This record gives sequence, C-alpha cells and structure tokens, in this order.
Amino acid sequence: MPMSQLSPEDLLRNGMRVDGRRWNELRPIKMEVGVLDKADGSAYIEHGKNKILVAVYGPREAHPKHIALPDRATIKCRYHMAPFSVDERKPPAPSRREIEISKVIREALEPAILSEYYPRTSIDIFIEVLQSDGGSRCAGINGASLALADAGIPMRDLVAACAVGKIAGQLALDLSDVEDKLGEADMPVAYMPTYDSVTLLQMDGSFTHDEFMAGLELAVENCKRIYQMQKEALRRQYLEVGGEGASAGR
Amino acid sequence: MVAPLLVGRREIVVPGDLLAEGDLRPGDNVLREDNRIYALRVGLVDLEGGRVSVVPLKGCYFPRPGDLVIGRIVEAGLTGWEVDILAPYPALLPMSETYAKGQASKADLSAIFFTGDMVIAKVIAFDRTRDPLLTTKGPGLGKAFGNRVVRISPMKVPRLIGRKGSMITMLKRETGCRIIVGQNGVVLISGRDDRAERVAVEAIYRIEREAHTKGLTDGIEDMVRRELGR
Amino acid sequence: MASGKRLDGRGLLDHRGFDIRARIIEKANGSAHVSLGKTKVMVGVKVEVGKPFPDVPDQGVLTVNAELVPMAYPLFEPGPPDENSIELARVVDRGIRESKMVDLKKLCIIPNEKAFVVFVDIYVLDHDGNLIDASAAAAAAALLSTMINKFEARDGEVSLLPETIPLPISNIPVTMTFAKIGGQIVLDPSLEEEQVMSSRLTVTVDKDGRLCALQKGGMGHMTIRDVRECVKLAIERAPQLRKSLLEAIGYGKD
Repeated sequence: MPMSQLSPEDLLRNGMRVDGRRWNELRPIKMEVGVLDKADGSAYIEHGKNKILVAVYGPREAHPKHIALPDRATIKCRYHMAPFSVDERKPPAPSRREIEISKVIREALEPAILSEYYPRTSIDIFIEVLQSDGGSRCAGINGASLALADAGIPMRDLVAACAVGKIAGQLALDLSDVEDKLGEADMPVAYMPTYDSVTLLQMDGSFTHDEFMAGLELAVENCKRIYQMQKEALRRQYLEVGGEGASAGR
Repeated sequence: MVAPLLVGRREIVVPGDLLAEGDLRPGDNVLREDNRIYALRVGLVDLEGGRVSVVPLKGCYFPRPGDLVIGRIVEAGLTGWEVDILAPYPALLPMSETYAKGQASKADLSAIFFTGDMVIAKVIAFDRTRDPLLTTKGPGLGKAFGNRVVRISPMKVPRLIGRKGSMITMLKRETGCRIIVGQNGVVLISGRDDRAERVAVEAIYRIEREAHTKGLTDGIEDMVRRELGR
Repeated sequence: MASGKRLDGRGLLDHRGFDIRARIIEKANGSAHVSLGKTKVMVGVKVEVGKPFPDVPDQGVLTVNAELVPMAYPLFEPGPPDENSIELARVVDRGIRESKMVDLKKLCIIPNEKAFVVFVDIYVLDHDGNLIDASAAAAAAALLSTMINKFEARDGEVSLLPETIPLPISNIPVTMTFAKIGGQIVLDPSLEEEQVMSSRLTVTVDKDGRLCALQKGGMGHMTIRDVRECVKLAIERAPQLRKSLLEAIGYGKD
C-alpha cells in the first residue's frame, strides 16, 4: 500500500506496525566506529532506513578566535540533511529545523563532554544525514557519541537516544517517518545511564500525564539497550585490530 | 585490603565504564563520582599504586612541560616564532629560548628559522591559560634534519618508545636508522639507505596500528629482520 | 538559594506573573504585550489570504517567527535569526500547533487554492529571562485577540467583507519553563538564574491537562526524577495560569 494512502488506523493492525514491529520494538541498528580518515573521530549509524555519518574534529584551535572560551572548549554542532536524504529534494542550505536540531543535539552532548579539559579550543561535531526516516536526531546523537569517544575526547558517559511516540492511540517505540507524520505524538529522549539523566527531551503532539510517564520509562529502557550497543561498537573497533587484543606491555 | 578493579587490567574500556568502587584512587582519564571511578576515554585500564587510570588509545596531543616535540614553524613574530606542534594550542618559541642572541627585528628572525622549518624543541611551560612555550636550547634541540617525517597518533608514542625504551632501542639497532620521537606523534627518521628507512617507517606504522596487542616487540623485530634480510 | 528563597525574593516555584495588554497595535489583526518581571515581549498577528500547503490542502497556515530585537539585550545582534531565536519561535509554534489552539480547518477558504495565513511575529523588547514563557503567553494572548474578516468565495475568487470575526480558537495552551540551578528546580527563571542554570525544561500543557510540547535546553543534564517533577508541577499549575492569562485580557467576557 502506498504510504500516502495510509490512515492513522493502518499504522497498527492486530498489534503490528506497518514495518512488522510490535509497539515496543526498536528498528534494526548498525553502528560502525572510525569510518573516516581525516576526522579525529567518526562513526556511521544505520537505524532503520536512517543512514548517518558523524565526524568530530578537535579539540583544535578555535576559529574564529572570538568564539574561544577561557575556561572550556567551545562545542559546535552541525546537523545537516543531504538534499537527497528525503523523498522531495531538500535545499542544501540549513533549514530552521536543522538549526534548532543542531542546537538541541549540541546541548544533548555537552553534558557528557569534559570540555573544561581543553580551554580555549573548539570541538566540532558534524552530523550528515544521508538518508532520513524518522528519528534522525536520535540516531545522530548515538553516532555523535561514538565519534566523540573515537576522537579520544573525555566523556563522563556515552549519550544514547531514542524516541517514543503514539500511534492510533497507543504508545509506540522509535517511530519511523510515516508513523511520525500520521501519529499523535513523538518524544525524542537522549539519556546518560550513569547519571539517570536526560540530556535531550523534546515532545510534540498530545500525551496524557500517564502516557508521558510510561513513554519516558520506555524510552529510558531502550536508551539503555542502545547504550550497550554503542559500547560494543567501540570495543569492537579496537579489538578487531589485534584479534584477541587483550593486553599490551607498555 | 584495597578494593579490586571491576574490570581486568589492560582490558579495553570505553567512556562510562565503571572501573572501581571504594578505596582505589582516581588517576588519569578517569572520573570519580561519589566512591565510584568511571572511564572517561577509550583505552586500557591501568592500576599502579592504588591509582586507577586509563591509558588512552585515541586523542590529541596535550602538551606537558618537559615533553620533546617536533613542530613546524608557522610564522615569525616580533620576539619569536609560532610553532605548530599538532596540539590544540599554537606553541611559542621566543627568541630568548634559542641560541640566536641579540637579534630583534622580524627580518632577522626569519633568517634563523624559515616558515615551514621543522624544529625539535622542548616544552618548558604550559598551564592551559597560556599557550605552550618552547625552547630549542639544549643538546639535540634546534632545527630538525631528517630524511623522513612520520606522523602517528600521539597516544601511541609510549608504545613506540616501549617499556624503558625497549621498542625504540630495538628499532634503531635493527634498522641502523637515527630515529627521533616527538611526544606529539611526529617521528624523524634518517638512515644510511632508503631501504632501511622504508622498513623503519613501515615498522612505526605497524606499531601504531597494533599498539594494544600482545608480543608486539618480538613481532616487529622479526619483521624488520626479515625485511632487511638479516 | 539554599534557604528556598531566590535573589529576587521569590520562592523556588513562584512565577513572576504575567502583565498582559492585548489589542495594542491597531494595524495588526491581533496583538499583545506581555511583561514577565522585567522581560517584555510583544506579539503581532497578521492574517493574509494565501495558499494552503499541498500536504494539508484543507487547512489554513500558521507560521511563528521570533525576533530578538537588538535593543533588548547587549548580546542580541541584528541580522538573520540565530539558533536562539529559531528555537524560541519553534517552541512557541509547537505549543500553539500541537494543542490545536487555532482551528486551521476553519481557515481554509477554497481547498488547495485559498486559505488564511496567520503570521505570528514575536518581538522580544527587553530580556530579563524566560523568553519562552513570555513569548508563548504573548502569542496566545495575541491570537485570542485576533480578528479576521468575513469572506465570500465565488467562482474561485475571494472577497473580504468589512465585518470581522474572532480567529477560530479551539484550545488554549500554557507554557511553563523550569530551570535546574545547583540541586534546585525553579519555575520561571530570571536572566541571572538562566546564566547559572545547568539546564531548563519547558512544558506546554493544553486545556485538558495533556502535554503538547516539551523542550529541554541548556548545557547540563536533568535527572529523570526532576523531569517527572517538572511535568507534574506544570500539569498541576496550568489551569491557574491559564485562568490568570484569560482574565488579564478579558477573554470570554464580551
């Protein structure tokens, strides 16, 4: 059935979603670390049909000089969607949506970064959405966390993110694009498990208080699962080189 | 009795990994929250004298006083040179820290070090509020001459040097090359012949790649001997 | 603040209270001026006839824009909107849109062809903290005061009649921002408080006590416990705040 002819009721039939998932299932996630040569840290994420590359440069000299802060690193973040990443070509200039998302993603990662270690420098995060299918800001955060760790930037925790929404009156995890468009609510959450804290929280749509409470819990539970995947992806990156790679005489 | 590590020594850890609870003290690249110690960076866990540290596998060069670095002259200023030492901060080499005495004008400065020159220098001061200060006064310091320049991750420099210099001593002996290792990851290589230099470069890159693996010194020694037919 | 009192004498969860005047710009279809402490925000609403979006051909159009006017704060600079003004506009937009405050279906004139376009322009005039709540309140008050022309559509042509009617309103959202400072949560942060806060959470609640928008901001993190607490407080306090807002502009009394 063409997506454009779907109605909200079609999103959930006999407890099954259009892509065959149950209400509390994440889409398949693939993570790779260290995929770019020039960047200090990088990662590639596939989350459902989202395909996202993240590069981190820094800490490096802050340019222009006036953005340098005396007591910590300046963190810059650019979330950008490739023109071909969506059904209808998106003009390459950053949209208002992309500018807002760049800001909230930066604020989702900043709490994890020990920026005070590198005063007067800048740490630049570039997130390129090559294909977008709903939930790209969360997938971008998941990738950016990996890229920051890959760059060797000190972090108090990895930040993991996923969204919870509502379709056909029911709570549903990790909405795809069509579910988001026809659904009644979407709430992206970024989370640091060690601190039991959110670093990004947005929501639009309509949630009762109870739905919100249950949704937040569902999001946190699945951020924890994504967090484990992130840790595995990072470890894998370094274990691959030497096979077992357990010990190194210094 | 000191509380044990929660992860194996030399195990690869990532940011957020809980390393220890209780009495152990925090060392480098870890964070203490209440009485728990967490890893801040991707690296290998180290425990020495009750201090838990992470030896990072990735990261930029962060200057420390006493470090030997190899940098490139970027610009001559009025009283000294700006030097790129591949750190997040530009380094300053003041004229007073060179053997060039009594020369004051910018024209004169550029005659001592040209823009683009490589220099071997020592970091004499750095405290985060000011850019690192260099000196080229001292044996072996000054303008750098080398046939080959290799750049590796500064985090892998300790491995290239090896325990008590074991790796670099072996490499120099086996290749017959002169090798100078900057803490900032820049390595200068000069040998008698092109072949020896190429083997040395290859060995250095392999050490960088496989820094966290076992039995590396022996593996490198075998490789160098094989390549040079000794 | 450890004593439960803030620098300006407020308790932790005291709101500075809105001072609202509506219908102050005659040339606009709707307008309002809101003072929140020393923060001053003006919102003008202009309504024009335009084209509906192709993906919602049977609805009018709502757009929200925010200007951080340079006179309001030394660090506000003229030029294209920066991330702060874009975030402000989009958070206010989501509160209005997701609560379905304006009944956009009633603003369609000829499906696919003609519809009313409602421009909400936020003008920040003096910045003493919590621009989001002040702007959201001003936008709501301005929309509630907005009058549009009656119209006649004949053979695809639209003619506006001199008689005016209120903009069709179907919900009234209220927006509350909490800030985390030290270990404490405060409601309606002042500028000084924003400068030291680690994070903030903005909660928009509709007339039925449902959440319609959330936005965390700031460089810090916020514990799950604090998030739950802020949302609970916002839902509890929304009816009272809505009442004071409506009383201030005399809405529903005509």
